[in-house]
Amino acid sequence: MPAYITRRVLQFVPTLLGVMLLVFGLFSWIGGDPAYLLVGKIPNPEQIENIRRQLGVDQPYYVQFWIFVKQVASGDFGASWATNERVSAIFATRLGPSLIVLLPMLAVSTLLAMAAAMLVAHVRGSLTDRTIMIGCTVGQSISILVYILVLQYVLAYRLGWFPVQGWGNGLAENLLRYSALPIIVGVVVSLAPDIRLYRSFFLEEINQDYIRTARAKGMSETRVMWVHVLRNAAIPIVTNVMIQLPGLLAGAFLIERFFSIPGIGREVILAVERSDFPVIKAVTVYVAIATMIINLLADLLYKAVDPRVELK
Amino acid sequence: MSTGATTLSGAPYPASPGLWALAWKRLCRDRVGLASFAIVLLYLALMAASAAGLVAGDWSREAGVSYAPPSFLGPGSAPSAERAAPGSEAAAGAPPEDLGIVDPLAAELAEIRKELTGVSVSESRAPTLAFGGDKWGRDVLKKAIKGTETSVLVGIVAAALAVFLGALFGALAGYYGGPVDDVFNWIYSVFTSIPYLLLVLAIAAVLNQKGTATVILILGLTGWTGTFRLVRAEYMKHKVREYVLAADAIGASNAQRMFGHIFPNVSHVVLVQLSLHVVLFIKSEVILSFLGFGVGVDTVSWGSMLNEAQSELLLGQWWQLVAATVAMAVLVTAFSLFTDALRDALDPRLN
Repeated sequence: MPAYITRRVLQFVPTLLGVMLLVFGLFSWIGGDPAYLLVGKIPNPEQIENIRRQLGVDQPYYVQFWIFVKQVASGDFGASWATNERVSAIFATRLGPSLIVLLPMLAVSTLLAMAAAMLVAHVRGSLTDRTIMIGCTVGQSISILVYILVLQYVLAYRLGWFPVQGWGNGLAENLLRYSALPIIVGVVVSLAPDIRLYRSFFLEEINQDYIRTARAKGMSETRVMWVHVLRNAAIPIVTNVMIQLPGLLAGAFLIERFFSIPGIGREVILAVERSDFPVIKAVTVYVAIATMIINLLADLLYKAVDPRVELK
Repeated sequence: MSTGATTLSGAPYPASPGLWALAWKRLCRDRVGLASFAIVLLYLALMAASAAGLVAGDWSREAGVSYAPPSFLGPGSAPSAERAAPGSEAAAGAPPEDLGIVDPLAAELAEIRKELTGVSVSESRAPTLAFGGDKWGRDVLKKAIKGTETSVLVGIVAAALAVFLGALFGALAGYYGGPVDDVFNWIYSVFTSIPYLLLVLAIAAVLNQKGTATVILILGLTGWTGTFRLVRAEYMKHKVREYVLAADAIGASNAQRMFGHIFPNVSHVVLVQLSLHVVLFIKSEVILSFLGFGVGVDTVSWGSMLNEAQSELLLGQWWQLVAATVAMAVLVTAFSLFTDALRDALDPRLN
């Protein structure tokens, strides 16, 4: 096991190097000279020279790349070009709101999708199963934008059950008042694809020999489903949820944007709109690192709960 | 790369009783699959007709009043007092520029517009349109058709590019193995460690220019990873099979074995991937265009329609939202069901 972990961690190095090369290549070669972006509408050669020197853009590419590597290692990406706020400070203050919305959303949607998936897998082939599956296919075809627009309009704007958007200061206020509708929207959006996926996990287990054995020895259907099938199907579900997490951190940008939640995702959109390269670079590299670490943790968890899995 | 439609349209020829003929037969037995295939073909025909200017060529004509409400029965059924949208306090039928201020350039502008489009502003505007109008009184149905052209074009071309890259890389990596495989696997792990939409946004930020070609490039260059993994696994499996060894024995070159001998046997995987990616990219294009990183401002797409619908909804004007949503949902549902049917038809072992 320690040998496995060591090897996996060592494999991070080339991948991370690749991510940095990709990000560096994108922003330094294709992205053009940042001095022209920064200097504003009336370019002044002296000013451009000044900015180039400050950013290190006048150095050869290998020196610039080395600066970038040092930034990644130290976590200091300098200041945002748009607001002059430290990039590290942006991360520190934006992570909390993102998590306040994301974690309850993941928990609720996973539990609901598991329950629904177990039900439809149990009555597979029936009218209920087919109706729900077709409903999921249709539900998945509607853009996430429509869900957000309509739910925000109906539940907040027309019915006034929730604030239309906003964010407060206290944890309880944010969680109960401002996050409620974003969480509902997130759950509704993820329900359809999750039910489809989890149903296949449940079906995989229901067709196994040990389930037939359990039934053959007279075990009640409730116990078969809730103990034997659920426990085994939960393994891929939990790893799947874990693997989703880093992507969601940046991927919840639509929800964060519509509901004005000061999270990482909204920061990404703002940065893209303002060509704020330091923020985008930092988010991309750190989310990639988080993805690698969480994938490793998911594999280890898989091994821990299912001894049949062999780590190669 | 060929699209699913043209490949399949070549399939029913009786002269080729191979995999494709069998798959076509199985697809014909699948009612849902066939129906969804028909809908997909209908959309493609609509797209072609719209691109050729046969339908919705006059989508930018300001046919109705601003925010003309939908009414199938014509203006008679919607008296001017009720032109406002249901539930909205403001008289939505009134054009936003009608503030009692006389535009001093109105006459000149009307003259210019008439010269440009041949349509006079003073031409009578319908108080209602069959499916409703947008801010400039353009028919939302025609806009939705025009948006179909953009979104489907982006989806298909980007999917073709992504699947082509994925299949090529997968073929090279799986066939040659060794260092070639290592290099492609390294690139794969780099691309998959960055969440897909984040990568798309980062590239959009760098390119910093809008346009259909840009969206196609962004989606195509980032979306090849799934196809790569599947095709690579297929090539690793196939390269040691007898028929490939036999091809080697009669002196077939590496390229001939890869693309002449193995590729036809893995092409069903590629086709299903193509179909899957069209759906994925249509959804991504809608999000990108909505955020303003997608197609240009002069191009209609479902995403830009939803963007306009965002503020219209607050005024109670739901028709543009509904037009874009329904147009997209029907196509994406049909395409998803068709993809499932295609997979079942091409690979019956899965059942």
